[in-house]
Amino acid sequence: MKLRSKDLLGLEHLEPDEINLILDMAKDMKKIVQSNMKRVNYLQGRSVITLFYENSTRTRVSFELAAKYMGAHAVNVSVSTSSVAKGETLIDTGKTLDVMGSDIVVIRHSQPGAPHLLAKHINASVINAGDGMHEHPTQALLDMFTMQEAKGGLEGLTVAIIGDIMHSRVARSNIIGLGKMGAKVRVFAPATLLPIGIENMGCQICSSLEEAISDADVIMGLRIQKERLKKALIPSTEEYARFFGLDVHHLAAAKKDVLVMHPGPVNRGVEMTSLLIDSDQSKINEQVTNGVAVRMALLYLLAGREEH
Amino acid sequence: MKILIKHGTIITRDKTETNRDILIENGRISRIGEGINEAADLVIDATGLAVLPGLVDAHCHLRDPGYEYKEDIRTGSMSAAKGGFTSIACMPNTNPVIDNESIVRTIMDKASREGVVNIYPIGAITKGLEGNELSEMGSMKEAGIVAVSDDGRPVMQASVMKKALIYANGFGLTVISHCEDLNLAEGGSMNEGETCTRLGLHGIPSAAEDVMVSREIILSEYTGMPVHIAHVSTRGSVEMIRQAKKRGVRVTAETCPHYFTLTEKACEGYNTNAKMNPPLRTQEDVDAVIEGLRDGTIDIIATDHAPHHFDEKNVEFELAPNGIVGFETALPLALTYLVKPGILTMNQLVDKMSAKPAEILKINKGDIRTGADADLVLVNLNEEYIIDPDEFLCKSKNTPFGGFRVCGRVKYTFVGGKIVYNDK
Repeated sequence: MKLRSKDLLGLEHLEPDEINLILDMAKDMKKIVQSNMKRVNYLQGRSVITLFYENSTRTRVSFELAAKYMGAHAVNVSVSTSSVAKGETLIDTGKTLDVMGSDIVVIRHSQPGAPHLLAKHINASVINAGDGMHEHPTQALLDMFTMQEAKGGLEGLTVAIIGDIMHSRVARSNIIGLGKMGAKVRVFAPATLLPIGIENMGCQICSSLEEAISDADVIMGLRIQKERLKKALIPSTEEYARFFGLDVHHLAAAKKDVLVMHPGPVNRGVEMTSLLIDSDQSKINEQVTNGVAVRMALLYLLAGREEH
Repeated sequence: MKILIKHGTIITRDKTETNRDILIENGRISRIGEGINEAADLVIDATGLAVLPGLVDAHCHLRDPGYEYKEDIRTGSMSAAKGGFTSIACMPNTNPVIDNESIVRTIMDKASREGVVNIYPIGAITKGLEGNELSEMGSMKEAGIVAVSDDGRPVMQASVMKKALIYANGFGLTVISHCEDLNLAEGGSMNEGETCTRLGLHGIPSAAEDVMVSREIILSEYTGMPVHIAHVSTRGSVEMIRQAKKRGVRVTAETCPHYFTLTEKACEGYNTNAKMNPPLRTQEDVDAVIEGLRDGTIDIIATDHAPHHFDEKNVEFELAPNGIVGFETALPLALTYLVKPGILTMNQLVDKMSAKPAEILKINKGDIRTGADADLVLVNLNEEYIIDPDEFLCKSKNTPFGGFRVCGRVKYTFVGGKIVYNDK
């Protein structure tokens, strides 16, 4: 079995069997990440370009390490020094990278749909590493991997996502992906940060933190950005923390073995207290490790598509 | 030059007459009747064709001067002629902006040399479209403008709009309002709603239009001055305009073919050719616009012809400019989506696409009668075909209607008795 598309643009386009394929392979990849010999030659001779139009530390490094652990050439294109600053279009930049022989282009862009545009115009595989408020499929895959690893499966899990749903590509990808895998997703947010029609993407909107967390298997916090204040979406991070912030005492309502997750970076004391972030229930660091493994699996599956 | 059109079905807003002959002399209609037997330089057999008064578009963008890579007066007017339009009113968001007499004269001059249809500039309401100081409407009127509008940009200050309505009316100029509250629109790129949420795009709420429509109705009612609402796209706007008209407010309204044929779903896949302002809305809004056309709440159909270069549209959705081309698709879409299903009669359609827009612009067009300018369009109402943007005469091809099956093809277009388009 192999992935059906040359690209990974979003969970929207992945079938459950493809998600399982990636998650299964990530198990083996995780062993490599945790070993002392982090070097295999599965992608020897291949090149992976990370084309990041937005700042990122963990996602970019995660992809670069994933590519390097697999023996690929990994090159980062930094936007400030590239021709983008000179006004080159996304398509032209993509074509340039394409004809230099890149096999996979990993793109992060502030514009929703940018990876889709790129994928239409280049031969290399395109991986969406986050496009505006749209999707962040590898984050959702690593989140699902983390849940599956801890819980043994995804079907029937109750996942509560708390925070800025409106601006979150992580939330959208998780809602779509978890829905496809048979998990139930609940969301809770300040009402101004709930986008119209989100329930039609397959989640339940909760009216209180307690309702969202009650009997949950997973609680996922989302980053809240200061700029939301300027747009009059929330009054202050203090008020946000008071009504939407997560603390250890909230866990009482959830399942005993509930997992606490966050895509990072975390605003300590806003989305979650330090006590919760550093608690035994927290999988936040595990998520980061799993991110490398999931991305290794994905790179392998995309680069190896034609050889299967 | 004498032209005789034989055996056509004349359709005006008032009546339909079959097997009529029309004699054109010196650019005007000299006789209309049955069985006219007169020697002519050219005889056209219009058997099986509808003869309509040339269509009048109260809202288009010709991009000339300043953006001739998108469209210019020559190509824009040729595109209009192919679509059956003989008189078109072009919006002032050119570069430089049409906000003074000299630029109006420049355009009028170029239009007379290069345009194949009648071109009427619309002047800016405010200098530089900046929404602050009134432009010299009187001087521009003398030079040839037929209306004023800051189209593409709303006049955000209510006090400025109030004075604009009063001042423009003093010169007999219609004020055309692009209704959009920019604070509510917040720089969005498609209709706020489920599709927008799914695509992760920034939304423009329908309230951004409704709030401004309500303001214009209030200002029109308060001042007693007429106002014309451009490109109505929401159910809320239709309802407010309907109520206002019942109270006798002097408000007229237009919509465009895309607002009665497409919904926000056309944006899926980040289709930049479905990006325009106001954005495509929901089915509920489309139904309301259609009902507004049917019951007369919406007076006219305009194209909002807005050409953009392929490269400009071949980018990330939010970075693409707003607008689609419209001259060559408006009539077949109206025939297919309004007349064929029985929402409008042919006479009503002629009213909305010719007679009434001429009235709003106060130009002496839109009818077929002895003595009138011979601005005519001959249409095969039954010819079915698939829209192919490559066949457009327009310089730009940005349309979401490629591949649509439509009926109604323009065969001849006459402006002042001259054939300006002939479908061979």
